[in-house]
Amino acid sequence: MLHLPSDVTRIEEAVELVARHLEAHFIDRRTIRFNCRIALSEALSNAIRYGNGGDPDKHVAVRVLFGKTTIEMEVSDEGPGFNPGELPDPTHPEQLSNPDGRGIFLIQRLVDEVRFNDKGNAICMILRRA
Amino acid sequence: MGFTSSKDPKGVLVIAVDGQLIVGNRQEFKQAVLDALEAGERKFLVDFTQTGYIDSSGLGVLVSLSKKIRDEGGDLRLAGLNEDLRTLFELTKLDTLFAISDTSGDALKAF
Repeated sequence: MLHLPSDVTRIEEAVELVARHLEAHFIDRRTIRFNCRIALSEALSNAIRYGNGGDPDKHVAVRVLFGKTTIEMEVSDEGPGFNPGELPDPTHPEQLSNPDGRGIFLIQRLVDEVRFNDKGNAICMILRRA
Repeated sequence: MGFTSSKDPKGVLVIAVDGQLIVGNRQEFKQAVLDALEAGERKFLVDFTQTGYIDSSGLGVLVSLSKKIRDEGGDLRLAGLNEDLRTLFELTKLDTLFAISDTSGDALKAF
C-alpha cells in the first residue's frame, strides 16, 4: 500500500516504483511497460486533480495485488466521487479536439476489467494474461 | 526527463521529448512551445524517439498546441512514435488528428 500527497509531480515516481516491482514478477513485460504504467498514471492523475482537487492536505492510496498472470491495482482518493457513466466518448468527432477527457477512456481500454466503488472515489483496475 | 529543441535548416523547430510527457511536466512542455510560437516560430516537430510513455494530459497538451499553432498559421507534426505510443494514438483516434511520420527525417521532408 502506498500513500501519495496530492501532487502530480509525484506520479511518475510512484508509477515507476510499482512498475519496477511488477516487472520482476509478471509474465508479460509489455503489459507492465505500457498498460500498467499508463493506467496507473491516469488513475493517480484523476485522483489527485479531480478527486482531491489538488488539496495538499488530502492523499491518494494505491494498493497493488499481483501474481504471475494477474495484477490488481486500486487507487482511491478523499474526494466526493464521480459517476463514470456520464463521461462522453473522447473519440467522437465532436470530442476529438477536446484536450481533456481521455483518462478513464484509456484506462478502460488498457486493462481487462475496471470497477468503481459505489461512491465513485476508488477505482480497481485488473489485468490478466495467460 | 526533459525536452531539447533544435532548429532545422528548413526553419523547423524540433523538440525532442526525453522520458515521459505526462501530467507532471506537460506545463513545462506547453510553455516551451508557446514561447517559441510567441517568438515567431511556426513549424514544429515533436520527436518522440526517446519517449517512454505519454498520458492523457500529455495527449491533451498536444491537442491544444496543435490548435493554437494552426490558428497562428503554423504546422505541428509528430515523429518517432514507438509501438506503444502508436497504439495510444490509435486507441484515442488522435492518429487522425495529427500528421505522424515514422522518423523525424520523414517528418522534416513533409514541411
